[in-house]
Amino acid sequence: MSYQNPYTPPRKSATFDDYTMAEIRRAAATGIYDIRGGGTKRKVPHFDDLLFLGASISRYPLEGYREKCDTSVVLGTRFAKKPIVLKTPITIAGMSFGALSGNAKEALGRGATIAGTSTTTGDGGMTDEERGHSEMLVYQYLPSRYGMNPKDLRRADAIEIVIGQGAKPGGGGMLLGQKISDRVAHMRNLPKGIDQRSACRHPDWTGPDDLEIKILELREITDWQKPIYIKVGGSRPYYDTALAVKAGADVVVLDGMQGGTAATQDVFIENVGLPTLACIRPAVQALQDLGMHRKVQLIISGGVRSGADVAKALALGADAVAIGTAALVAIGDNDPHWEEEYQKLGTTAGAYDDWHEGKDPAGITTQDPELAKRLDPVAAGRRLANYLKVMTLEAQTIARACGKNHLHNLEPEDLVALTLEASAMAQVPLAGTSWIPGKGGF
Amino acid sequence: MRVFDLATTPLRELNSALHTLAPGTNDTNFEVVNPRGSHSVAVGIDQPVVVEVHGSVGYYCAGMNDGGTVTVHGSAGPGVAENMMSGTVVIEGDASQYAGATGRGGLLVIKGNAASRCGISMKGIDIVVQGNIGHMSAFMGQSGHLVVLGNAGEALGDSIYEAKLFVRGEVKSLGADCIEKEMKPKHLKLLADLLEKAGIADARPEEFKRYGSARKLYNFNIDNAEAY
Ligand SMILES: Cc1cc2nc3c(=O)[nH]c(=O)nc-3n(C[C@H](O)[C@H](O)[C@H](O)COP(=O)(O)O)c2cc1C
Repeated sequence: MSYQNPYTPPRKSATFDDYTMAEIRRAAATGIYDIRGGGTKRKVPHFDDLLFLGASISRYPLEGYREKCDTSVVLGTRFAKKPIVLKTPITIAGMSFGALSGNAKEALGRGATIAGTSTTTGDGGMTDEERGHSEMLVYQYLPSRYGMNPKDLRRADAIEIVIGQGAKPGGGGMLLGQKISDRVAHMRNLPKGIDQRSACRHPDWTGPDDLEIKILELREITDWQKPIYIKVGGSRPYYDTALAVKAGADVVVLDGMQGGTAATQDVFIENVGLPTLACIRPAVQALQDLGMHRKVQLIISGGVRSGADVAKALALGADAVAIGTAALVAIGDNDPHWEEEYQKLGTTAGAYDDWHEGKDPAGITTQDPELAKRLDPVAAGRRLANYLKVMTLEAQTIARACGKNHLHNLEPEDLVALTLEASAMAQVPLAGTSWIPGKGGF
Repeated sequence: MRVFDLATTPLRELNSALHTLAPGTNDTNFEVVNPRGSHSVAVGIDQPVVVEVHGSVGYYCAGMNDGGTVTVHGSAGPGVAENMMSGTVVIEGDASQYAGATGRGGLLVIKGNAASRCGISMKGIDIVVQGNIGHMSAFMGQSGHLVVLGNAGEALGDSIYEAKLFVRGEVKSLGADCIEKEMKPKHLKLLADLLEKAGIADARPEEFKRYGSARKLYNFNIDNAEAY
């Protein structure tokens, strides 16, 4: 009787998993790094790792439909003559016309306006459509200065100086030739069809002292009317926030590594920057150390998806949040409705991220007029407005349960963490203990 | 003629006056004295005003100028005439870094030298420098013209798009994707016009060389990676 070895299943390496090996083969075959849209796909500590405690014997909740829980927020109270007043602390993040179709920008403007919040331009300048459809529009001042001009500066409601983005702190922009239509080329003063590299550093200032002088110039040009935001990627949040305040910002926008992008190298998206959760407390600390918390407002972005995320960001000390990816999903990005076409592009609804190629079946991240037509800006705007309202209601539900009559009254004391990592990053105790790593206790 | 003495008047009053001209007024001449290196002098002009600045200015003088004529009888700090849309800015002395950065139109004349990154990311502006320019000038220049009667520093026209560069003196080195190009009759004509607009009579177009984009980096190719 011969002995037969028992069956051992083939074992794949955890280090060289299927995705990693496919990526090696892809790089070897094409000779180019992977460029894609979206944010980091790896799992990092996030808002999901936090829970609210709710009310108990010592904490008194508010009555759901009777007792008011305010959600309004005013941005730019420090220096601007005309601060921005929002009904909900959820704003729409900067996404460029070029990366997005005209219809998509219009839908964002319509949705935000119904919900009483602001939208933001992006790399590439301001279009009449987005100005027209956004009651409150923030105009980005980027290193590329594509489309920058004093008229648009003056017809904006606020100015956002972009220093970095969470998806790529230290990286410039990229808009590949496929998406450069006549109109996009014209707005950027460049020939059609060529790759557009947006610079990663501003052309006419370096460092915080120059930035202060730059802000003075923008204020003088706009007669001190507009709030001036500074947007940074999650990198050194304590110092970046402190320097932004020192440079004279009205508002600091801090974008963690989960934040979306229109097109960046995958290696950059996945390996550079801090998770959103790790950014908030150091930034708030900087504001508190300078006596500027609530005087210079803090907007947090990068992976905000629900009212719970909003409530958590605010409880940690933010004044408002911004959403990019979630807003695109609300208007129709990656919708299973287009599954057949995603399959043809070699992907599936939920995983489609080749936004730089301009072939988006949902008609959002494209400049192809036929594809863009698929998005009805009125209906899509309505969906965004619904989604923003749901998120606001969700955040209120949580705030009431914690006994707060304004979302801004949420505080770290309302939170616990599910993991050690989240506990350390958010500086709230591990659930069921009073222990925060690095803070003593038991 | 309205005179603003920046030793005693806040900058805000000057810029505010420039932005709020009464419609149809012919009182469009401004004089600025004692600028003493102030930043943001005469920024955001949006009317055809004439501003004479007596003394040297700090950062961003005449920033985003749209239609004004600004003359600085002195030197200018970084970012003079940045993002100019239209109009004319003349610097009698020298200019610091980033002169004419991202300018979209109009004419910037620098009678002395300009430091590094002159015409960085230019998008349609015409810049004429009578002296020398520093390193990395016309970096990522998209369109417009940079004319230099003296010499250019290192890495001229790095990553340049369609801006056209004319240099009479020596160029220390060219940046990535920037090459010397043939001076065709149409370029001689263009240059003659630019020199005339800048009021320069003692330079002939034939003395200049032309530089521009080799257009090799316009669409990414892995075999060009060493160029970056
Ligand atoms: C399609 C797209 C285009 C973007 N374009 C810009 C831009 O032009 N400027 C900018 O500062 N950020 C840009 N971003 C980043 C967003 O402003 C924001 O920081 C990010 O999307 C927030 O993270 P979230 O997507 O997880 O909500 C873009 C993001 C996306 C998804």
